[in-house]
Amino acid sequence: MRIVVCIKQVPATTAEKRYTADLRLDRASAEAVINPLDEYAIEQALRLQESGAVETVGFLSMGPEQAAEALRRALAMGGDDATLVTDRALAGADEWATARVLAAALDRLAPDIALMGMASDDARGSLVPGAVAALRGLPLLSYGAELSVAGAHARIRRLTAAGFDVIEAPLPVVATVTDQVGEPRYASLKGIMAAKRKPMETWSLADLGLAAADLHGAALTRVVEARKPEAKPPTERVENASPDEAVGRIADWLAARKLI
Amino acid sequence: MTYRPTADHDELRAVVRQLADERIAPRAAEIDERAEFPWDLKELLARQDLLGTCFPARFGGTELDDIGQAILVEEVARADATTSLIPIVQKLGSLPIIVAGSEEQQARYFPRLASGEWLAAFGLTEAGAGSDVAGVRMRARRDGDAYVLSGSKRFITHGSIANLVTIFALTDPEAGGRKGMSAFIVETDTPGFSSPRLEHKMGIRGSPTAELHFDDVRVPAANRLGEEGAGFAIAMATLDRSRLSIAAQAVGIAAGALDFALAYAGQREQFGERLAEMQGIQFLLADMGSQTEAARQLTYAAAAAVDAGAPDLAYWTSCAKLIAGDTAMRVTTDAVQVLGGYGYVSEYPVERMMRDAKITQLYEGTQQIQRIIVARQLLRRAGVGRAAKPGDRA
Repeated sequence: MRIVVCIKQVPATTAEKRYTADLRLDRASAEAVINPLDEYAIEQALRLQESGAVETVGFLSMGPEQAAEALRRALAMGGDDATLVTDRALAGADEWATARVLAAALDRLAPDIALMGMASDDARGSLVPGAVAALRGLPLLSYGAELSVAGAHARIRRLTAAGFDVIEAPLPVVATVTDQVGEPRYASLKGIMAAKRKPMETWSLADLGLAAADLHGAALTRVVEARKPEAKPPTERVENASPDEAVGRIADWLAARKLI
Repeated sequence: MTYRPTADHDELRAVVRQLADERIAPRAAEIDERAEFPWDLKELLARQDLLGTCFPARFGGTELDDIGQAILVEEVARADATTSLIPIVQKLGSLPIIVAGSEEQQARYFPRLASGEWLAAFGLTEAGAGSDVAGVRMRARRDGDAYVLSGSKRFITHGSIANLVTIFALTDPEAGGRKGMSAFIVETDTPGFSSPRLEHKMGIRGSPTAELHFDDVRVPAANRLGEEGAGFAIAMATLDRSRLSIAAQAVGIAAGALDFALAYAGQREQFGERLAEMQGIQFLLADMGSQTEAARQLTYAAAAAVDAGAPDLAYWTSCAKLIAGDTAMRVTTDAVQVLGGYGYVSEYPVERMMRDAKITQLYEGTQQIQRIIVARQLLRRAGVGRAAKPGDRA
């Protein structure tokens, strides 16, 4: 039984994000981390490995060369090996192109479970897992609060408004998990040292049998504008007023906006 | 001499900083207020292999170089000085075994210490023997295959919670502390060992500082470190290396106070502008930053000297501890000044950092002892030193 966890390197959540002139995220300007939601997928995979349900855990990432750092950090948390797909032709890849590349890589890696986080912290498209499952013709078990393996099936528990659903599919599957799986572990010092000796392969598009032309310039979609949210108008404060006067002013304010 | 941190050092710093920011810093105020040892954080550090950094890999350690160990202590101390004492004292208590222990002794104890299953402490100081190390009075009397230890130790960091204490006692009282002292590994569950009292301290309050009593404690002769009479030399070799940890701790405390003062100055407004825009505050911050950086670089230089086994490593570690300890005191005091009245109340962490900083000017040799060591080395280098007299420190 083998899991491959797909991870993405993203700018740190707290970093100020900037765009380049062609409206791509400026990845050089901010500290890069493993997408925090992917860390839950890593944690889930490692727990399954520790329980004996899974023999090996691999990591897969598509990104620029420095995404190898994210894979190395994942290997410090645990697991066995990593694969980086990197190619200049992939700059600016959208969800569709990303899904095609990951699907092609997963075809070669052929894991029983391809596991992903529920979204990426930078783009938040949340389309890639479904697209990968569709492209590979496999079942998708999405938004699991927990993933388990029983015989030839994978199973997730998904929280719903009414409680939770238990969903099962025959292996191989594509699955995503949420932050409900449990806190991701920290890499230990021995883990960090061991990670330097774990195998990491780097593949180009050609290694996957894909050509840049197959990807239509790496994107079917185009970002036409990027802007910051508009600044909120300054907060109006009612201060140093008697209770009656304050109530009157707040009521007038709400009435002027037809809220009462 | 090169002491530039490598990519591995940078990675170590990033990993420890994340752990410290997320798990240690949020506990610091509570640890200080309750004066309780943070067992949860000891477990966390053990689980992350951060208590085994001074032990060889063949005994389960992670064998970091001394710059790496300094970075570990610095980053933990930046969040909480008390918690940084967990790796510091694990090393301090183990150093006598590292510098003088036999292969058999190391194999017997290092695996449990490296994993963090056991804690170590260092038992040298007595009520009447502080800076004057040779004034130790505790006795160790040979009795067949064992030594019988009797007497008391005071100010022993983690003495009440350690599983193992390296103890210095007189095997030849007539020869005195310098020639008649020996070192022993004492397991604290040995009958006759007790820890009756803890000190109430100004800072590092979560780290228990214990008085230890030895009521005819029988220690196997196999637990003596080195030869009889080698105790003073083992103690000095230990302190020459261990005070590097205190320099790193002091740098971390200063860095924590600087970071907090910077963040505060960026937010607090008075007279219609942020403190960060006021030159008077900028000058304070600039002094704090440049002094902290100087202390940090000197600490790494000292770490490189220890790594290289430099013959004058005592000079380097004393210089580093002297400068870093004074820097921590000054920088934390200035951080309180930047915060003004808010800095003086426990709602903000800088008053705790200021109280914690003071100990770095006192333990593992007061700043005055460091000056004596530095001066002696300088005079020796210049060829104008005097011959050693009985009672001198190394």
